[in-house]
This record gives sequence, C-alpha cells and structure tokens, in this order.
Amino acid sequence: MMKKMKFHPLLVIFFVILILPFINDNINFHHIMIMFLIYAGLGEAWNIITGFAGQTSFGHAAFFGIGAYTSTVLFYRMHISPWAGMILGILLATLVAAVVSYPCFKLKGHYFAIATLAIAEIIKQIFISWEYVEGATGISIPVMDEGILNMQFHTSKIPYFLIAFAIFSIAVLTAHYIEQNKMGFYLKAIREGGDAAEAIGIDTVKYKLFAMMISAALSAAFGTLYAQYILYIDPFMVFTMDVSMKIVLLTVLGGLGSIYGPIIGAAILIPLSEYTRIFLGGTGKGVDLIIFGALIVAVACFEPEGILGIFKKGQRKKRGVDYARATT
Amino acid sequence: MPEPLLDVRGITMKFGSLVANEDVTFAVNEGEIVSLIGPNGAGKTTLFNCITGFYKPHSGRVFFNGIDITAKPPHYSARLGLTRTFQIVKPLKEMTVKENVMTGAFLRTSGKKQAELTAMEILELTHLAEKSDVPAASLTIADKKRLEIARALATRPKMLMLDEAMAGLNQTEIKDAMELCLGLKRKGITLLVVEHIMEAIMPISDRVVVLNAGKKIADDVPENVTSNEEVIKAYLGERYNAKSKKS
Amino acid sequence: MLLQVIASGVLMGFVYALVAIGLTLIWGVMDIINFAHGEFLMISMYTVFWMYTLLKFDPFVSLPVAALLIFVISYLTYKIIIKRVIDAPGLTALLATFGLSLFIRNLAQFLWSPDYRFVTTSLVADKKITMGPVIIGLPQMAAAMGSIIMTVLVFYFIQKTKTGRAIQATALDRDTAKLMGIDTEKVYAITFGISGACVGVAGALMATFFPVYPESGALYSLLAFVIVALGGFGNIKGALYGGIIIGLAEALGGFAFGTQFKYAVVFLIYLLVIQVRPKGLFGW
Repeated sequence: MMKKMKFHPLLVIFFVILILPFINDNINFHHIMIMFLIYAGLGEAWNIITGFAGQTSFGHAAFFGIGAYTSTVLFYRMHISPWAGMILGILLATLVAAVVSYPCFKLKGHYFAIATLAIAEIIKQIFISWEYVEGATGISIPVMDEGILNMQFHTSKIPYFLIAFAIFSIAVLTAHYIEQNKMGFYLKAIREGGDAAEAIGIDTVKYKLFAMMISAALSAAFGTLYAQYILYIDPFMVFTMDVSMKIVLLTVLGGLGSIYGPIIGAAILIPLSEYTRIFLGGTGKGVDLIIFGALIVAVACFEPEGILGIFKKGQRKKRGVDYARATT
Repeated sequence: MPEPLLDVRGITMKFGSLVANEDVTFAVNEGEIVSLIGPNGAGKTTLFNCITGFYKPHSGRVFFNGIDITAKPPHYSARLGLTRTFQIVKPLKEMTVKENVMTGAFLRTSGKKQAELTAMEILELTHLAEKSDVPAASLTIADKKRLEIARALATRPKMLMLDEAMAGLNQTEIKDAMELCLGLKRKGITLLVVEHIMEAIMPISDRVVVLNAGKKIADDVPENVTSNEEVIKAYLGERYNAKSKKS
Repeated sequence: MLLQVIASGVLMGFVYALVAIGLTLIWGVMDIINFAHGEFLMISMYTVFWMYTLLKFDPFVSLPVAALLIFVISYLTYKIIIKRVIDAPGLTALLATFGLSLFIRNLAQFLWSPDYRFVTTSLVADKKITMGPVIIGLPQMAAAMGSIIMTVLVFYFIQKTKTGRAIQATALDRDTAKLMGIDTEKVYAITFGISGACVGVAGALMATFFPVYPESGALYSLLAFVIVALGGFGNIKGALYGGIIIGLAEALGGFAFGTQFKYAVVFLIYLLVIQVRPKGLFGW
C-alpha cells in the first residue's frame, strides 16, 4: 500500500484560519475573523463542560464577563496591563466557577441548567448596580498608545486577530488533549451515566469541577480580549444571556461534544450574523436576526445532529459497508 | 481466622416505612465466591447499594480490607479495589466496547497506551475482543452483560460484586459466565454474586448468604443451604428441589 | 406598606404561575424547553393591543381571541417544528425553540417597531380597590382572577378529562402510553396547544397594565423557567406555588433591596431552595 502524506485535520484548520486574513485584506472580513475566533473558542470552552461532561451551562456569559471586567477595571482604575488583568481574570473566573458550581453539581439535567442561568443573572445584577465598575453605564477603556503591552491596536486589526488566534488555539488544543486522554474518557462516562462512572472509580464531582474550572478559565481569557478589542464594555453586553445562548447555539449547530463542532458552528453563524448585520442591520429592523432564527430552526429540524451529523452519517455508511464486508 | 476482605456489620436500610435491609451481617473472605440469594424484593440490590455507597444505610458499618467504607462515595470503594456491576446494565452507549473498558482501566493508570493494553487483555478474557470497535449501544444483551463485567474488571478489583450478571442469558452463555467466575477466582479475585439462577450459582459458590424480607436467614455452604428448612420455605420451594433431584 | 407589597406580589404571582404552567406542561410531558414561550406571550399582548387600537375592542373581549390564536400557533409549532426534533439527541430541541424565539421576536420588531405601546383604556383601567390599608389596581386584580380561573380550568382538564389523563400517562411513560392505544402524537400537539392557551390568556391579561413591545415576553419567560424549576419540572401544582413564591420574592426583594435587585433576589431564592430540594419543591 502507498503511504499517503496525511496531516491532522486540526493542523489544516489552523493553517487555513491563519492565512485567511492575509489573503483578504478587507477590514470587515478581519472583524469577522476575530469574532469567529472568539466565539469558536468560547464554544470549545463550553463544550468541555456541556459537550463532554454533559452538564448543560446556560450561564457561560458570567465567566466571559468576569474576564472582560477584571482586566478592564484594573486597566481603567490602576493602569495595570491587560495581560496581567487577563491572568487575574482567568484566576477569578476559575475561582468563581469552583465556588458556585460545586453546590450545583448535585442537581441533575435541567435543574443544573437553570441554576447556571440564575447564577449568571445574579452576577449581571451585581455588576449593573456596582458603582466602582461604573454600573449600568459601563466602562470606556481609555485609549492608549498602541502596542502589545496595552493590548490596543488602532491602525490594524491583524494584531487582535493574532492574539485571538493564539487563545483560540489554546482552547482547541486543551479540548483536544482532554478528549484524547483519561479526562475525556471520564467526562464522557459522567455524561452517559453518573452511577456507572462512580462504580468504576470516577470521582464524578471532582471531574465535573475540573471541567467547569478549565471551561471558565478559557472563557475569561476571551472576555479580556473582547473588551480590549471593542474598547467598551457594559453588563448588558458581556453578562447577557444572549452571549451564553450564542455559545450554546453555535456549538449545538456545529456538533455537540466534538472539537470540530464549535469551529463549524461559528464559521457558519458568525459570518452570517455579522454580514447580515452589515448589509441589512442598517435598517435597524432586525432582519438579520429573523434570517438567523429561521436558519437555526431549519438546521434543527433537518439536521438534528448538527452540521457535523452530515459528515458522521457519511462515515457511518462507509463503516457499515466495511463491517458487512468483514463479517461475510 | 484471618480478617475478612469484606465485613458487613448490622446494615439497616429504610425507605420511608419500608425496611429493605434489617440488621444484615455477613463477611466475605479473600479468594471466596459468595453468593447472595433471596426471593424478589428480599433486598439484595439495596444491600449492594449500601455496601458500595450508592445508598447511605441508616445504621451499620461496612469494612473493606479493614477500611471503613460506610457511606463513602462509590468511587472511593472502587479505588480501594471493590467494584460492582449493575443488574440493569449501564453501558457507556456512545463509546465503543474498547473505550468502555479503557474507561475502567484508567482507574489504575493515566496513560492511554497502558489503558489500551489492559482493555485488550480483559476483552480477550471476556471474549469480547473481536467486537472491540463496535459501539456499545449495538451489543446484544448477553454481550452488554459481559461488557459490564469487563469494564469492572478493568479497574483491577480485589473483589468484584456482580448483580444478576446471568439473568436473561441462554444455557451456553450461562456456562460461559460460570467459567468466567471460576477463572476470576483462580486469578485471586474475590466474588460476591447476586443471582437468581440456582443451577448456575450453587456449583461455583463457596458459601451462600440468603436474604428474605430484608433479613439474613442463612449463611452456609451450598449443600447446607439447600437443605435448610427455612430457606426452602422462604424461597427455593419445590422448583430447585425438583430440579436438583433430576440431575 | 408591607401588606401592600405582599398583596401585589401574590397577585402578580398568580399571573406568573399561569405563564409557568404553560411551560411546565410541555417540559413535563415531552422534556422540551420551549424558549419561544415568552414570544407566544408577546404575540398575545400584541393581539390585544391591535384589536384595541384598530377595532376598539376591549381587552376582555379580545382575550378569548388571543387565547385561541396562541393555541393554534402553539399547536402548529408542534406540528411543523417540534415533531421533527422531539427524538433528536442532546440539545437540538433547544436549538429549534431558541431559533423560533429569535425569529418571532425580531419579526415583531420588523413589523411593529421596538416602541413601547400601551392599552390605555379597558373595563378595568384606572380603577382601584381599597381594602383597609391595601390599595390594589383593578387591572392587577382582574389579571390575578383571570389567571386563577385559567389555572383551575387547566388543572381540571388534566385531572378529570380523558384527554387530560392521556396527557398524564404520556408524561409518565411515552412508550407504555403508546402501547395502551394512546395517540401520543395527538397528545403532544394538544399539550402544546394548551400551553399556548395559557400564555394566550396571561398575555391578554398582562396587556391591560404592562407595556407591549417585542422584548416584553423575554423577561417573563426567564422568570417562568425559574418558577418551573422551583416547583419541579412538569408539576402544575409546583408551578402554581412557585409562581406565588417568585411573585412575592420579586415584590419583597424590590421593597427591601431596591427594584434593581428584585430579580437577583428571585434567582437567589431558586438557588437556595434547590440546595434543599434538588428536584424542586414538588419534584420526584
């Protein structure tokens, strides 16, 4: 047999994403690539706790928002570099994830999902009323000299893209590593049945907690980047249920529990919503979201396993033939 | 006399006003096959759940290898080397057979290669090797029961607790299961087995514990248990007598 | 003053309960989270508003029309969309209902603009009832009464009628219900319809004192999620008590900590209750 040169599909994906902004120099396109990386990365993070471990979170905006606010407040109040803020935000989000989700892990299914939603809403309310962080008014991040230290770039979006790409890669590789190793097996065992998992020695609470903490940490990193990119945040932007649900939607749309799912989902939804906003959003009538909503309904109805389901079906057909051939 | 491997002392478990287990005491020594029998609703599965930490008993203690495991979470006893299977099999449906068993093997190793080796070895032992890449959901019930045992074995237990691992199997499959139990005993694994099929369990058991209405009514070698008046009255009835005379 | 707060909290609680009952029915019977529930409520409010503005109909005349309309919309939602996703894995059904909610909400915005609109006159408008120290607006009173009547009707329907018992059986075990000759397909469609009728009534009643705008349903559906989980999924009695508790929590929380914290109090109460009763107040 001929030995074919074969690259890991992830390497191909990374390569394509990385060169795209250098091929297409359009500023809108660069913006879309950055938003794509942020949301695909958030999807990867969310996938760890919900896709792998089966614990549905409707409150990931909380971790995203904590990341955004930690670096922003430190920069705004004390001129601390957003990089240090990012690290502190990650630590804080991880801590919050541990403290609030630990008592929730005894809740099953929807009860857990609603609890995450409630927690995120409470955190939002706190930030809306908290004067030190400028409450509902939000914070405009002071414009400083551009450069890596301030994580601000005013002449080109490429540096933002590269930072987003770096964090995205870390998120994907983390999810990939988890999936391929002991922790991935354990999380999937927890998803498919808590009792069976406990019986073979899996400390289900501990592993769910780890998954939630890792997921929160990654989400927070994107929060900092988002704040530095938009240069303005308020609680309604970063803590809103819309962010939580967007993460859920794109991952489920692409394929829940697969590292390719969020990438596929974000690659469809983000350009769709950003381009429709650019072309139709000017009317201020929400045509973009009408199309968006209808599309999601259509995918759910006709491709219930997500876009990835189409590929899987093809593969199964092929494998089915092979299996039949092997047994006859 | 050496200290028993599993020591169950005075377990009582209630659901509301229903007493499922009442002051049950028994022990399993290292290397034994002990079977736990009793009519439907005698409290066997409840007792399993109390021993392995799925339920917290109202009173009584459970010691494994000298360590108090009462009301400890199930994963704690599994780590100590006490692993159970479920009467209603719980395959990890979206994983393949091999991945199911690897998940068990990860208890003793973090390396994927090592887990894979352990899994393949156990799949050979349980005659599942040729189905290793089949999704667990598509197995027959007999194979799912085997997988349940295989996954438990992959945790390298000192002692294995099987909850009706033979129910629903045909004669050849039961023979296979009996062979497997004896094979495990030779490997030094202690077994506690809940079973309904007397013909299968009596020949391989070193000792039989009988539960009736939550209470222990007998604890003896198989020959004595089958002739025990109370046991016959409570449970075995004519059926086993008739069958054992025939053979 | 405190009595006043408690009274208005309880009254609002009955309305919330009715919204939650619609949600919990679907949730309990087919294990589906209907994210478009709030949008159905919003459509009902707009129905009342337009019948009032264009045809000069009193909201209480429009109420049966709104209820029927939402019943039909909800029924069709099952037939056209939910039917296809009910057996789909994981969170697919959620994808469908969330997409639908986005679609309806933005369509409303496209057609009717994001402006706040009000139904300014009705049978009950601007009237108040005084009971000792407590003064209650007649619209709120009427909304609570209407919600109680609808709740009793739904409860009676589920408990006493043949269709109601078929719904209960299907909720317990779909496959067995099917074997017993129950047309589960029909049961699901009717359950969706009834759920719609609940928010149809609630929306019509709320339109007499709340502003009508495209986002008006979203907040109440969020509250309804919490109420349903608080009461125990699929439990009508749970949704009723849950609704009253949340209505009270909102009123008392706003009174004690300021209105900006009233929803934080609501969510906190859910988190606390769920620690003691992980499956809700009436969950099993």
